[in-house]
Amino acid sequence: MFDIDKWQEIIATIRKNKMRTFLTGFSVAWGIFMLMILLGSGNGLKNGVSENFMRDAINAMWFWSGETSIPYEGMKEGRQIRLDNDDYELIKDLPGIEFTSGRYYINGNTFSYGSEYGNYTAITCHPELKEVESIEIINGRFINQIDINETRKSVVLGKDIYDALFKNKEAIGEYVRINKIPFKVVGICKESGGTRHRNAYLPVSTGQKVFNGANRLNNFALTINATTIEESRAIETEIRELLGRNHKFDATDRSALGSYNKLEDVIETMKIFTAINIFIWIIGIGTLIAGVVGVSNIMLIVVKERTKEIGIRKAIGASPSSVIGLVLLESILITTIAGYIGLVLGAGLMEGLNFIVEQQYAASAATNGGNGETLFRNPTVDLNIAIAATTLLIVAGAVAGYIPAKRAARIKPIEALRDE
Amino acid sequence: MIKIENLHKSYITGSNSLHVLKGIDLEINQGEFVSVMGSSGSGKSTLLNILGILDNYDEGSYYLNGTLVKDMSEKKAAKLRNELVGFVFQSFNLISFKNAMENVALPLYYQGVSRKKRNKIALEYLDKMGLLEWAEHMPNEMSGGQKQRVAIARSLISKPKIIFADEPTGALDTTTSYEVMEILKEINEEGITIILVTHEHDIAAMSDKIIRLNDGVIAEVIKNGDLKSWQNQYTKEVEAIAI
Repeated sequence: MFDIDKWQEIIATIRKNKMRTFLTGFSVAWGIFMLMILLGSGNGLKNGVSENFMRDAINAMWFWSGETSIPYEGMKEGRQIRLDNDDYELIKDLPGIEFTSGRYYINGNTFSYGSEYGNYTAITCHPELKEVESIEIINGRFINQIDINETRKSVVLGKDIYDALFKNKEAIGEYVRINKIPFKVVGICKESGGTRHRNAYLPVSTGQKVFNGANRLNNFALTINATTIEESRAIETEIRELLGRNHKFDATDRSALGSYNKLEDVIETMKIFTAINIFIWIIGIGTLIAGVVGVSNIMLIVVKERTKEIGIRKAIGASPSSVIGLVLLESILITTIAGYIGLVLGAGLMEGLNFIVEQQYAASAATNGGNGETLFRNPTVDLNIAIAATTLLIVAGAVAGYIPAKRAARIKPIEALRDE
Repeated sequence: MIKIENLHKSYITGSNSLHVLKGIDLEINQGEFVSVMGSSGSGKSTLLNILGILDNYDEGSYYLNGTLVKDMSEKKAAKLRNELVGFVFQSFNLISFKNAMENVALPLYYQGVSRKKRNKIALEYLDKMGLLEWAEHMPNEMSGGQKQRVAIARSLISKPKIIFADEPTGALDTTTSYEVMEILKEINEEGITIILVTHEHDIAAMSDKIIRLNDGVIAEVIKNGDLKSWQNQYTKEVEAIAI
């Protein structure tokens, strides 16, 4: 294998037939190049979509109240359902539930600090919302249980609100007016995975008290510790039935109690991506096989062309195995080098594309109020796949060379040397 | 050295079977210089191929240097060829993308001799053929005679016991042919058996023994004594032409 003479023999033949070698290699390089681009694109699409998903915990679930649309136990439809703190306490302790947060909607969203003001969304919540929506604290803290218990007028500002009102001044400890009521800033946060941070978070108890909510809650956000669609559906149904009993509505009434089960969506979407991935591999390997068949074909012609030479070699004592080695190694050498070039070019192109995508993402984030939406991110292929592809190439080279090599070994010197 | 008994060989092409050798008995001793003559189709090249283990035979037996050569594996045949036998062909059969030295050194490559060593030996043999300054030249830069001398050097480099020459002068002019024959005779004087296939009488006349094949059987064997007069006669004729 590492016999320098053998390599010199092979390199001499390759050098003798540059065009033929180039064309052979090109088909393989192209195959690998396409495989890299396909895989990279698939990854990019997957990463882009996943990123949009990951803004909240993937096992999150939401419930919100509305009007009944089905008559229930003698009561007409069109009845308003009101959830409250008791429901929160019940749901919080159900098995399979990790974190639960209730929210009471408050009207009007004018935020002001000194002479600066703006309209933003104020969300009342429990401390657990941080886990459910994967909120990232960049300064200070999130709402805590003491805020809830003592109904403190604390607020955690989204980064965009902070930027607009405070313009880089120290904000922690300062008071922001929300609908003319002063709230003390305890933290600055970012919404995970997103680029828009225009929400402010208040303790739910304070919201209820200050904005006349009594014990009412409008929705629940929670995370569950389920891993399959079936488990998450079971939990969803359990909560719907529980709330249905307490508030007297049909558990299947989606108008009375709306719900959204994220895990279900995530699992379904990931299934699609797995399918896309399989599809990409099939196409990629198909392209590669076309390349390998090309190499095999050209090697057959090479053997035919070299019949006389191989005959001479055999007449002066070349063993069949040395002839096989000659053809096989040439095939492997061409496929590996050409394939590697295709691999590097493909990976390089995807890295370049990644650079452009990231720039556009940053640009759109800058112009669109920090809202850089994209369906395509990080379209690159990881190292393991590149290594697997290289191994595949060497095997492909061996396969491509095998039949021609066998044919070369069968050449009879006398037939090869016959003068015609 | 060579002993064959009742050798038969047929070629099957499609549905036709062509019986080329129809029972040949032959014995050649170490150091002999034998030519095989015959019209085309008489089976002389086939016989040479079988003797050189380039082809197999159907019936009979063939002993080379005491070993029975029959249904040999390709690998074993390749080894025997490499060690015992050298070939010289009508069309030289040099490898076109290798220079003279590399062509000559090739048999030693298959014996596993290192590159440096085999190239050194190849240069010695090229020197013997008077082609030292042509060592780096490619075959297509050389004349026919030079190419044949490179081919002879290649056949000698593995120190074979027998050289098979298939029409070695067929593609050469008379003067060059005679030069090549001189070289072959010198090799023969060093004790190497030479078996030569030719259809030229003057070339055959330079050997010790002529085996004349006709339609797949040995028609006659002309020995030493008679040859001398043959040779004189042909030499005179050639001289006459030359003048």
